[in-house]
Amino acid sequence: MPTEPVGSDAERGDVLLMVGTTKGAFFFTSDAARQAWKADGPHFPGEEVYAMALDQRGGSPRLWAAPGNPFFGVTLRRSDDLGATWSPKDQRPVKFPEDSGLSINRIWQITPGPDDQPDRMFLGVEPTCLFETTDGGDSWAPVAGLLEHEHREKWTPGAGGLCLHTILQHPETPERILVAFSTGGVYGTEDAGRTWNPRNRGVRAEFLPDKHPEFGQCVHKVAHHPSRPERLFLQNHWGLYRSDDWAASWQDIANGVPSDFGFAMAVHPHDEDTVYIVPMESDGFRCTPEAKMRVYRTRDAGESWHPLTKGLPQEDAYETVLRDGLDTDSSEPAGVYFGTRSGRIYASHDEGDSWTLVHAGLPPVVCVKAAVIA
Amino acid sequence: MSVTFLLPGQLHELAGGQRRVVLDGHAGTVREAFANLRDRLPALYDRVLTEQGEVRPHVNVFVGRDNIRWSGGLDTPLEPDPELLILPSVSGG
Repeated sequence: MPTEPVGSDAERGDVLLMVGTTKGAFFFTSDAARQAWKADGPHFPGEEVYAMALDQRGGSPRLWAAPGNPFFGVTLRRSDDLGATWSPKDQRPVKFPEDSGLSINRIWQITPGPDDQPDRMFLGVEPTCLFETTDGGDSWAPVAGLLEHEHREKWTPGAGGLCLHTILQHPETPERILVAFSTGGVYGTEDAGRTWNPRNRGVRAEFLPDKHPEFGQCVHKVAHHPSRPERLFLQNHWGLYRSDDWAASWQDIANGVPSDFGFAMAVHPHDEDTVYIVPMESDGFRCTPEAKMRVYRTRDAGESWHPLTKGLPQEDAYETVLRDGLDTDSSEPAGVYFGTRSGRIYASHDEGDSWTLVHAGLPPVVCVKAAVIA
Repeated sequence: MSVTFLLPGQLHELAGGQRRVVLDGHAGTVREAFANLRDRLPALYDRVLTEQGEVRPHVNVFVGRDNIRWSGGLDTPLEPDPELLILPSVSGG
């Protein structure tokens, strides 16, 4: 890998892997076969990159990244040439109002808005809040209903801080949005963000005296498929759940997994009932159970889960995959990708049936996003 | 009357590539000096102080050889034409 980043040379039909680490961002580019990968990076060397996104709604690919300087704070950067150049640090400030008493620590999620509103986007930040832009990202404002929520003082930070890490939009009704944060759990709005209510019924909080509070759960990730948006999957801090009613209630689906503790979760791009997770042994030992690197897949919406191991190390693999460290691409067959805290990137070009090591030796991976260039 | 800010390399981009920023005007305290900076170069101010007007936790501001952390914080008084040195701390992994 060259030490000077030049950006990705991905063209239409190619697959772009965006990898955020604690020390910068990296790109891996492949053609549609996804057999060989060209590496590029580090972008923003020395800065943690927890959030990246590729927005293709405007007709050409636009990269977003949120590098966080350990000393001078987080910035939001944009690239219209796949990372060859980035917008300056001083554009697009993401700030809490002074009277909020809050300061941004980290941007955890960058989510493009509805397809028919290409200038609308969302950010999930720490401390917990949702930011929104309606001008393509030139200006950002916190969503007041969440910023001023009456529960705020009772939300408490987990090991990753009080982070809003998941943003899910209802594709047919853009006023309906779900967010998830640790701790606090899942909250939903039905009125485009004016009011928010907790939606955690059935999700347990193992670390609290009351195991089933209205809110306060430590939800690690929620995922769904746009073709059936009401069906949701949730990886909890202890617990694996499905909802069929847009998070009004949750059912345990930890059927056949070695542990229901984990962070990452991703849905198959073409099958609403196929989901991938990477179980961790426990909250006390956040590593792959039995030192085996296993991705688990369900094809029946969580009725059963099966390990995917071909090409992955099955001994001495004390690995950790964090909440945004797993993603799928939209190819046919689908690609599945994950990155570890030990700096390894694995890829599957056959929906998880087999895996290859794309790269080793990166800084700890905190974010993996995959996209096919349109 | 002027206030001079001496910047670490990571912040030169926000000062037109310069290591030194000199702003006209009087500042009786470090807080007033940063208020002046905020008016003139808000993006640079944002990198040094949080939305709550506090120096970021892993940033040190020196007046002469004194870290303002132990000399009164943002209320540290300034002599005429002061120089403020901004440095990242040695924290990190």
